[in-house]
Order: sequence, then C-alpha cells, then structure tokens
Amino acid sequence: MKKISSEKIIAEVAKLVERTAYRIPAEVKTALMKSYRAEKAGSGKKYLGIILENLMAAEKERLPICQDTGLAVFFVELGCDVIINTGRYRTIEDIINEGLRRGSKNSYLRRSIVSPVERKNTGTNAPGVIHLLPGEKGKLEITLLAKGFGSENTSRLAMLSPNSGKEGIEEFIIETVRQAGSLPCPPIFVGAGIGGSFEKAALLSKIALCRMGGKSPYRKWEKFLVKKLNSLKIGPAGFGGKTTALDVRIETFPTHIAGLPVAVNISCWAHRTGTVTL
Amino acid sequence: MVRLNIMKKHLLFPLIDDRQIKSVRAGDEVEISGTIYVARDAAHKKLADALNKNKPLPLPLKGSIIYYMGPTPAPPGKIIGSCGPTTSSRMDKYTLPLLQSGLKATMGKGGRSEEIAAGCKKYKAVYLIAYGGCGAYLNRFVKKSECFAYCELGPEAIYKLEVKGFPAIAGIDIKGKNIYNK
Repeated sequence: MKKISSEKIIAEVAKLVERTAYRIPAEVKTALMKSYRAEKAGSGKKYLGIILENLMAAEKERLPICQDTGLAVFFVELGCDVIINTGRYRTIEDIINEGLRRGSKNSYLRRSIVSPVERKNTGTNAPGVIHLLPGEKGKLEITLLAKGFGSENTSRLAMLSPNSGKEGIEEFIIETVRQAGSLPCPPIFVGAGIGGSFEKAALLSKIALCRMGGKSPYRKWEKFLVKKLNSLKIGPAGFGGKTTALDVRIETFPTHIAGLPVAVNISCWAHRTGTVTL
Repeated sequence: MVRLNIMKKHLLFPLIDDRQIKSVRAGDEVEISGTIYVARDAAHKKLADALNKNKPLPLPLKGSIIYYMGPTPAPPGKIIGSCGPTTSSRMDKYTLPLLQSGLKATMGKGGRSEEIAAGCKKYKAVYLIAYGGCGAYLNRFVKKSECFAYCELGPEAIYKLEVKGFPAIAGIDIKGKNIYNK
C-alpha cells in the first residue's frame, strides 16, 4: 500500500504543467533537428531553423514555446493499492485541476478554456481533460499532453467497414493528413487509434501520441506510414519539403466483427508532453 | 518547395499608400514594423456583428494589418508573453468585408480559401504567414502592447502592438498569387 497526499500531487502536477509549456521532450527536439538537416534551402528549412531558435528562446526567457499552451489532457494511471489522502478535495479530478490552475498561473499560461456553447472563459486554464486509468501496483503515474487546438481541429475518426483492412486504415490516415495540409503546424506527429469502440479509438489515438520511444509491435508499419506521409510533400508549415510527419504512433485494441473504428489525432511539431511518477 | 527571395521586403503599418505592398510577391520574406492590431475568433465575430449593424468599428482599418493571435500573459518585466499566429482559415468568413473597408494585410498561419486570394487581388491586400508555434521567438519583435478593444474577451481581445522587424513570409500577394496553391 502507498499513501500520497493531495498537496504532493498538486505540487507535482503544477511543476509538470510548467515544465511542459517551456520544454519539449528530447526525442521531439532530436526529430526536429534531424528534419532541419534533411531539408534543402528554402522557406521550409528557414522555418525549422526558427523553430529551433524558438525552443532556445522559450527555455532561456521562460516563455511558453507556443502561445497556444493547449488544452491539458491528463492520463492518470492509478495503482489499485495507492491511497490518496484527499484533504479538502473531493475527487482526484479536483486535485489535478488544482495543480493545473496553480501551474498555469505560476508560468503565465494562456487562459484558453471556455464553456463550449456560451464561450465563457473559465479564467484559470482549467479544467483539463482527465482520463483515470488502472495503473501499476504501488504507483501513481500522471502523463500530460498540452494539446494545441490548431492540430486538434484537423483530427478525424471513421467507422470503417471490417474488410477495409490495412489498406483502408492507411488510406484514412493519409487522407486525414492530406486534408489537414498546412493547418496543424507541420511537421506533425500522428497518433492512430485502431479498433475498440467509437470512443476507445479516439482515446487510443491520444494515448499513442503520448508514447515516447520507438518501442511498438507496429514499429515497421509506423515507419512505413511516416514515409508515405512525407511523400505528400506538405513540408514544414505547408511550404513543401521532405518532412511532413516527424513520427506516427499506433495503438490498437480488439474490436467487433462488424466494424473497424480508426481515429487519427494530429499534434503540431510543438508536441508538449511529459510524465511524472509518484 | 517555396523558394525564398533573399531580399527582404519591409512594411511599415499603417500603410500610407499601396507602394510598399505592390512590390511584395508570394514567397517573399517580409519584415513588419509599426502598429499592428491583434484579433482572433471571438473578436472577429464582434467585428462582423458591428459591420452588419452599421455600427462603428473599434479599430481603424484603413491601411492596417490584423494579426490572428492570442498572446499568453506577459510575465513580470516583459512587454508581452508568447505571441505566435493562430490558424487563419477560421477567420476566412469574416475577412472580405474587412478588406473592403480598407484593411491592407492579414497575418496568421496556414493556407486560406480561394475567396481570400481573390479578395487580396480585388482590394490590393496581402496575407502574411508568421512562423507557427514560434511565440517565444516572436516575443522579441514586440516593443509595445496594450489591450485596445473588447478587453472583456481576455486572450481573445483586440490588442494594439508596436513591432519592429517582425518576420513573416508573404502567403498571398496583391495579384492573388497564393503560395499554398501549386
């Protein structure tokens, strides 16, 4: 059994929110540098050069990488033997949202969150979208994806027919990226969720985006798709060029004999994600 | 691949006449100085409502530039926070009446509809592309910032900025040439 206080979680979530706004994962930076070296001289390469300069400016000046500091999406993996001392908070969602509010205030993030119909700003950059998942014994692991909405808007979900197969899935992924074109701030990251139900596929596509490191039973397919997407020649900012996708990540789940849900979640090059383990 | 014209074009806003933007071609690197107005979705909706009701607009459009952006709050000691562009195509449906009223330039990120390219040609205006996601880098070109109108909209208010050498790439020129249209 493990006991964790709400104050500890709040402090760690606040730090995670701050860190994620100023600094992208090393893996993302490496991919951007590689794509900078690969591009031929032109506006695409110039853009990638400014992207790299922007990453330095963000860290040095303590300014968010992008003014769209995103909708905070949290994956909370809670071990079954972890006990949270909630204190004055009612639920784990309240605790995480308090951390988000605190981190957003401390690091001067934009208040981008509004009520969907009335468009009234909450004024705190909260709430985040919180997914509570069963986690490993003895651990509380919180992953944050600060999701920019220019790219979120270009994401799509399809209920394909069961016989669509690999080709049908590829076609849908490629068509989604083609339609997105210059809008999601390419070069992009692509998360594909395949199988499950309508909402499971969407969830998987976002989980796929959070996966760091190349390990996956689908790695070969992912790399093949990167090549296919790069042959679209959308390029950095849509200016044309070699790099349209920095990576593709696939997550799957068994599905029904009658269907094949596929969700494609797109993330901009400023792919801001991080994890804290308690 | 869009080729870069090495000669940078300089634009000082508000424009006094069409001389400066006449020489700007789609694909050119541009540096912007002077006064720029910042507005995004919610402010555009309000501007459209005002135009529809024949009410006066809160900002001068003649010779002006509107930058599609919503900044992060300025940390202590800074003029503004992170200040990169948002997706321009969401503003497409509001743009033509503004160009008709004398707006000379818009700036944001990503491609725009053919109607906007045709509008740029008709009203002799340009669309500029700022570097998407590079709000921390772009901060250094902003010399002054104030909330100008609709301040109740918070990050979606209209801001008035003074900028010097703010970098962009011309996306659509006054002949209606669009770099995203190959």
